[in-house]
Amino acid sequence: MFGLGILSGLLIVPLCGAAFILTLGEETEASKRNARWAALITTLATFLLSLVAWGRYDATTANFQLVETHAWLSEATRFKLGVDGFSMPLILLTTFLMPFCIGASWLSVNTRVKEYFVAFLVLETTMIGVFCALDLVLFYLFFEAGLIPMFLIIGIWGGKRRIYASFKFFLYTLLGSVLMLLAIMAMYWHAGTTDIPTLLHTRFPVELQTWLWLAFFASFAVKMPMWPVHTWLPDAHVEAPTAGSVILAGILLKMGGYGFIRISLPMFPDASHAFAPMVFALSVIAIIFTSLIALMQTDIKKLIAYSSVAHMGFVTLGLFTMNEQGIQGALFLMISHGIVSGALFVCVGVVYDRMHTREIAAYGGLVKRMPLYAAAMMVFTMANVGLPGTSGFVGEFLAMMGAFRANPTVAFFSVFGIILSAGYALWLYARVIYGKLEKPNLQGILDLDLREKMIIAPLVALTIYYGVHPAPVLDTFAPSTEALMQSMRTALSNTQTAAATLPPASR
Amino acid sequence: MNAAQIVLPALGPALPELILSIGVLVLILYGAFRGERSAEGVNVGALILLVVALFAVMSQSGAKITTLNGSFIVDNFSKVMKALILLGSAATILLSRDYFQRERIDRFEFPILLILCTIGMMVMASANDLISLYLGLELQSLAAYVIAAFHRDNLKSTEAGLKYFVLGALSSGMLLYGASLVYGFTGTVSFPGIVAALDGTAGFGIVLGIVFVSAGVAFKLAAVPFHMWTPDVYEGSPTPVTAFFASAPKMAAMAMTVRLFIGAFPDVTAVWQQIIVFVAIASMALGSFAAIGQRSLKRLMAYSSIGNVGYALVGLAAGSQEGVSGVVVYMMIYLAMTLGAFAVLLSLRRGGQMFETVDDLAGLSRTHPVMAFCLAAMMFSLAGIPPLAGFFAKYYVFLAAIKSGLVALAIIGVVTSVVGAFYYLRLVKVMYFDEPVAAYEPMPPGARIVLGLASVVVVLLGIVPGPIVGAASAAAKSLF
Repeated sequence: MFGLGILSGLLIVPLCGAAFILTLGEETEASKRNARWAALITTLATFLLSLVAWGRYDATTANFQLVETHAWLSEATRFKLGVDGFSMPLILLTTFLMPFCIGASWLSVNTRVKEYFVAFLVLETTMIGVFCALDLVLFYLFFEAGLIPMFLIIGIWGGKRRIYASFKFFLYTLLGSVLMLLAIMAMYWHAGTTDIPTLLHTRFPVELQTWLWLAFFASFAVKMPMWPVHTWLPDAHVEAPTAGSVILAGILLKMGGYGFIRISLPMFPDASHAFAPMVFALSVIAIIFTSLIALMQTDIKKLIAYSSVAHMGFVTLGLFTMNEQGIQGALFLMISHGIVSGALFVCVGVVYDRMHTREIAAYGGLVKRMPLYAAAMMVFTMANVGLPGTSGFVGEFLAMMGAFRANPTVAFFSVFGIILSAGYALWLYARVIYGKLEKPNLQGILDLDLREKMIIAPLVALTIYYGVHPAPVLDTFAPSTEALMQSMRTALSNTQTAAATLPPASR
Repeated sequence: MNAAQIVLPALGPALPELILSIGVLVLILYGAFRGERSAEGVNVGALILLVVALFAVMSQSGAKITTLNGSFIVDNFSKVMKALILLGSAATILLSRDYFQRERIDRFEFPILLILCTIGMMVMASANDLISLYLGLELQSLAAYVIAAFHRDNLKSTEAGLKYFVLGALSSGMLLYGASLVYGFTGTVSFPGIVAALDGTAGFGIVLGIVFVSAGVAFKLAAVPFHMWTPDVYEGSPTPVTAFFASAPKMAAMAMTVRLFIGAFPDVTAVWQQIIVFVAIASMALGSFAAIGQRSLKRLMAYSSIGNVGYALVGLAAGSQEGVSGVVVYMMIYLAMTLGAFAVLLSLRRGGQMFETVDDLAGLSRTHPVMAFCLAAMMFSLAGIPPLAGFFAKYYVFLAAIKSGLVALAIIGVVTSVVGAFYYLRLVKVMYFDEPVAAYEPMPPGARIVLGLASVVVVLLGIVPGPIVGAASAAAKSLF
């Protein structure tokens, strides 16, 4: 339509919804209701459109598909969109989670409703843009543009320390990514283009790779977030409204992992190989250290935030094992964590809406009054721990397997993370759900209503479904992973032969 | 017979300047005869003159033509920069009407001085030798000193005018001294002549000359370390005049700087590159850090303009065609962002009083949602966040810097831009996160037009960057 493909459609539909909501008049009950419905319909339409894209997508090849290019900055920097096995599942995850976010903020957001949904819809466009951009400048554009709506979401509708959290979130991530911008420019002058498919086949000199890798690492490590640059995340999570947390944990954290798999690993294989031990070390520290911190938290959201950092440690660990199991596991973990942590934040939002506190100590014995809630929470907690039969298990298991192949010591230490995660997650569950229902203000708490059931039920179903049948997701990743392995193997062996032949030549 | 024949130089290329010069004389006469009541008519006349001159500039072919014995050059670069200068001046007239009427200083001299200043700026953009450069510069400066003190019963305004004049005269002296050194060591004032005379080498005298010229230029650009006048003059001048100082004269000064360094010293890049690199780094750093503590919006915009000049100079430091193209893109976008921000600043009026501190923006998103949205777009754009125009401005200058191997400069630049983002974000925070005090009066129509156009440029540039980028690269090409 109008020379635009389906991926442009995915970018435009949320913006159209946002534009429509902006035209709704003064803030009255009627206009608030209209804004909510408009946002829900828009996100559902986007989800359906992404399913259509999925229908047209051929999961058996590693090529970029649904590619479309439009004139933009110059011949070398074009508005190019496309998807492959790495990006398609993440786009689906994004469009899938968005309606839940709208649903989760249906009643809890009651001031400046119009602006709220506009910000969310714009955010959706930028997130989809990150995953389908096939040009580095375009990728950077979407990567950064998402900061604006998220800054406003945290700052306007957040909790008590929202201003501190929003500034920290914005400046931290901005500082990380400006270095990436310079690296993109350096790549442009070296390769003459910022076209990602072309750059995937460009070999950068090893020394240049090192600098480029570090610049990209600065950005992705902050976004991921990896220890020790994770400190913005707990603040942002705690202060953000429920839906903001869902998006942060579900999608924004995945951008870092996506960046590694899309740019760092395939474009700078030598540097990735050289820096892998450092990434392993940081990942293991993240897994153990942040799990320990999570144990000590008194705020439910903060606990889940730290557990997210620990899980992202498994993702980086898996990605840099640079073997098939590790990468597949990391990618699956990204999808699974997106669903599970998103669902956990929804669950926190449910009790927060009722009690307006996130203190663990304020709860206890919820199972007596909220059996359905307790059951749902159980599923997500187990998935967070990585119990077999839930989606959390598959990813962690594969990532560990890959780690064991790459470096048994690293694998050994990272196992402690799983033990600790069982510790903090189950202890949280026990303190909130079990025990005696003795707090007077909890006596009248109500179980899930219809809206909450409709939000939580699909997430429960998906968590269990992917736990027992992970094949659809893994099969989508597989061709791209294989292609990546292939290209990295060739690249690394080339470097090694070059290194082997170099000494005689220099002598 | 032949000796008596007078050969007129070709005046066609200077048509826009001639239109303005003749027009402004007519306006002076009209104003002198009608007295104080003529302000309305002179303003309208000035606006029409500027628009006609803009059309005259746009209708130039863009081919390189020199005239007046080679001292005046017209090419794509001058065309683009003059268009920006005229747009800045026209926007100032739109912004100033309501303010001057309400402050009861609505005199016909303002548009006339503004046009005189504009003529000076256009000569600066077209100067092809040191004499015409200085002529243009002085015409621009003298008019600017007067309009800085235009609110003559106001202590701050007169102080601003005086300060500007004393320091400006000093810097003009330095520039002139540098120019005389260059002339003394090369024997010519024309830029192509200097290039030929230097032949790729610069002796001590030339280096000294370049240093002095750079100092004078840096003053006009308000670049560190010659920036001290900026915050005081910006704060003291009437706000529309501040908007003017932050927009059109910057275009002219940057045009002059680029033309001077690229036109006269292209083969001795190494000499001036380190000066520009230092000035750029110092300006970016000072602009970012010093603005953090400011409560006054006008002072904040002053530091912001210092920082922005620093970023634009990053492109010049690269010394390449890409760099100049980046500078032009930067100036175009900077013009839109600055005018947009000042349009909002000039609309903060309640009960006959202007408000100009950061806290006065509190809750603007509740009381004036459209205005707040536009100002927020300006701020995110000034902070360099995509997809807004400011990102592309920074993108092109840093792209050129990286190509020329100025990696350290680029890294310092992007890091200071993160520091700068803090205070731009603070304005957004005040507008969106804080509780409103009371609503302001509706925006004056002139400010509406300027803010609307600026917002369109800032928001939509990311989708259709073609025209601006194309014009800039054509402009840069004409210098190489």
